[in-house]
Amino acid sequence: MSSQDIPEDKHLPSEQGAAHHGGVAVADDPFADPGLPAHKPRIQDIDDRAARRSERTVAMLFTISMLATICFIAAYVTIPVDKIVYIFPLGKVSALNFALGLTLGAALFCIGAGAVHWARTLMSDVEVADDRHPIEASPEVKAKVMQDFAEGAQESAIGRRKLIRNTMFGALALVPLSGVVLLRDLGPLPEDKLRHTMWAKGKLLINQNTMEPLRPEDVAVGSLTFAMPEGLEEDQHDFQTQIAKAALMIVRLQPEDIKDKKELEWSHDGIVAYSKICTHVGCPISLYEQQTHHVLCPCHQSTFDLSDGARVIFGPAGHALPQLRIGVNSEGFLEALGDFEEPVGPAFWERG
Amino acid sequence: MSTSDNNQRKAPRGERVADWADGRLGIYSLAKANMRKIFPDHWSFMLGEICLYSFIIIILTGVYLTLFFHPSMNEVVYHGSYVPMQGVLMSEAFASTLDISFDVRGGLLIRQIHHWAALIFVAGMIVHMMRVFFTGAFRKPREVNWVFGFLLLVLGMFTGFTGYSLPDDLLSGTGVRFMQGAILSVPVVGTYLSFFLFGGEFPGGDFVARFYSVHILLLPGIMMGLLVAHLILVFYHKHTQFAGPGRTNNNVVGMPLLPVYMAKAGGFFFLVFGVIAAIAAIASINPIWALGPYRPDHVSTGAQPDWYMGMPEGLIRAMPGWEINLWGHTLVLGVFVPLVLFPLVLVSIAVWPFIESWVTGDKREHHILDRPRNAPTRTAFGVAWIAEYIVLLIGGGNDMFAQYFHLSINSITWFVRIGFFVVPVLAFIVTKRICLGLQRRDRDKVLHGRETGIIKRLPHGEFVEVHEPLPQASLHTLTAHEQYEPLELGPAVDENGVERKVGRIEKLRVKLSKGFYAEGNQIPKATVEEYREIQAGHGHH
Repeated sequence: MSSQDIPEDKHLPSEQGAAHHGGVAVADDPFADPGLPAHKPRIQDIDDRAARRSERTVAMLFTISMLATICFIAAYVTIPVDKIVYIFPLGKVSALNFALGLTLGAALFCIGAGAVHWARTLMSDVEVADDRHPIEASPEVKAKVMQDFAEGAQESAIGRRKLIRNTMFGALALVPLSGVVLLRDLGPLPEDKLRHTMWAKGKLLINQNTMEPLRPEDVAVGSLTFAMPEGLEEDQHDFQTQIAKAALMIVRLQPEDIKDKKELEWSHDGIVAYSKICTHVGCPISLYEQQTHHVLCPCHQSTFDLSDGARVIFGPAGHALPQLRIGVNSEGFLEALGDFEEPVGPAFWERG
Repeated sequence: MSTSDNNQRKAPRGERVADWADGRLGIYSLAKANMRKIFPDHWSFMLGEICLYSFIIIILTGVYLTLFFHPSMNEVVYHGSYVPMQGVLMSEAFASTLDISFDVRGGLLIRQIHHWAALIFVAGMIVHMMRVFFTGAFRKPREVNWVFGFLLLVLGMFTGFTGYSLPDDLLSGTGVRFMQGAILSVPVVGTYLSFFLFGGEFPGGDFVARFYSVHILLLPGIMMGLLVAHLILVFYHKHTQFAGPGRTNNNVVGMPLLPVYMAKAGGFFFLVFGVIAAIAAIASINPIWALGPYRPDHVSTGAQPDWYMGMPEGLIRAMPGWEINLWGHTLVLGVFVPLVLFPLVLVSIAVWPFIESWVTGDKREHHILDRPRNAPTRTAFGVAWIAEYIVLLIGGGNDMFAQYFHLSINSITWFVRIGFFVVPVLAFIVTKRICLGLQRRDRDKVLHGRETGIIKRLPHGEFVEVHEPLPQASLHTLTAHEQYEPLELGPAVDENGVERKVGRIEKLRVKLSKGFYAEGNQIPKATVEEYREIQAGHGHH
């Protein structure tokens, strides 16, 4: 039994650590612990030739490791960084990566294999038992610590001088606030930034493939076109942030296929423009099924019906894709008739 | 040898160095306690070593990568040696990752070792945690170390996430967008958190640099501290061991640190490193050049996070898109519920040791491991947790499963939605049955001996199988486990006839205890009396 108290609860087994060590009973207890089994010698313990064979194996493994390191350096120096080779069954791979990786792997692995083989075959494998000592301190140690603590606390007078104690706690509680306040400038406040995109009345729809303004006749039934607002350039500094909200997807339906009244009003000759940013967590939607006019987000498979106000028909998205109201300007180009009327992308607390 | 000889003898150089160090660091006392410290041997004890070594490998290769990586989102036009990307506008982070992969000799290898080691690190931690769980190694005095290990797992997942987001490639950028969308769903403060984290709107120009300092300094720093504490506690508590002849709760049986354990464990570091290096030589990982730089309006199909983020991915894919709009505010349950469930699923297994010790009320130290079958409720819970995890992994890869197995993505999603609730329950019931069956088999083996496979024909024509009694060592091993008695509520009135108040919580504890240990929830192990009785009757059949 360890130094711990014998548990009082009667549901606890009472024989921990002393399993079947019942003094007199041990002799005729068939389940008693027979003690550590006798050491069984290995072949290396009794046959010196086997031991020498093991020694040679270990030495050979260490030697292979040395050779592999030399090969690593040789490969580093000789193989050009851009050389591509065909290696079955991997296909075309970087010759340098392949050579460096395998030689480094061999150099390391052989050290490990040598050490383990050495330990398993030549070092002593006699099992030894060590005693455990309880983690808990003895009652005397505990009493001494408690007494020391009480003395220390009393000498500090922290319990008596409450004013000192309370103001100290107050000061310690307040001082981290400075650190929190300093985090304020990590970013600007959201304000209404998530409600607006670059789209505005009169902005032309620029085809992302050709970078030309779109005309209604450019949009064929059954095709999916991606567009961005006029005036957005790839090399401007906030391009990524702007396109993350303004990305647009355009399809043409037969006007009689459009089931949603508002969608029909906001379309032009069957051409509808929807935000490309999924209302779930913001992935760009990019899969379009021509026959059903369903679009699918490849990230989490939210599916929207573009012929019915882009309502969600499957998946984890919570609301329909925002539609952009479009028309045609006097020169025959497609143009936006305003910004999106609701925030694009994932929902948030203030969205409403 | 005379005394004067001894004084004149000059100590060898190594001893003089050790003397110097001892005078300043006290290494002899340290070595006295630890040099021949005993380590038990079991194959499952190397799982933790895999984690430790892959962590070291990650640190070594990670430091190398910082020498070449530029954590900046400034847009540059690529002019490096990877032809298909030449002239493409990309962030410096992406461009420098291309340079590491194509222009730095050995850079690709180190990158791939770093990434492979990270996957193995997290996988190793999960498997190591399962080993500790199923053998009950988390019991007193090791509960704190269990929590340290759990924190290491959680931090490891987030260090991995911030790490693979750094190259700013199309795939990882999509993952960051997912994270930002999830943050936006937090009630009241979501938009503020997102704006502070990203320095404004998504993606802005800050997150790579911020993730970089989190990935290389903040999280690994905390992990390093936890890891050292974890190892100190392993050393201090000494290893657990399975029951067996000569192994008790009060001793530790194995080989000494010097030389056997040092050679085996030290050698194992090189084995792990060697295997990971070989994997990095032959198996490409995260080929960012094939994905291209991130653009918020581009995406590829089959977008998958690293495997350890598959669990939250499954939650977010399976959750129905519930949104509640009230008083001008939106509660985005479809995203926020998965965001809350993600830590809850993880924590559910982390709190088990505390629940179990509360139910048993056992305050003793435990150094002998349980065989999983001998703790049927715990084992069933662990398997249920794994089953839940696997269901969510399937959910996280629903598009891949649909593609490879030609299944409907909608039916897979519905399977995950229902399976989230049903599969763990089934797994629990089935596992508990199996454990009880195995306990019965152990009991039979102890009482009736081992089946020899020899069929004997008796004079009157009956066929019987000959059973051979087990040796004492096996009898001891199979009966060494402890069995708790279920708690009882006790009488409703105390000795004075006054009604005794039993709190709700105490009632729950008794109920749980009965579920754990009452008849039918564990098979009573063979007793000496039963053994004697059967042995006495043997031969009569």
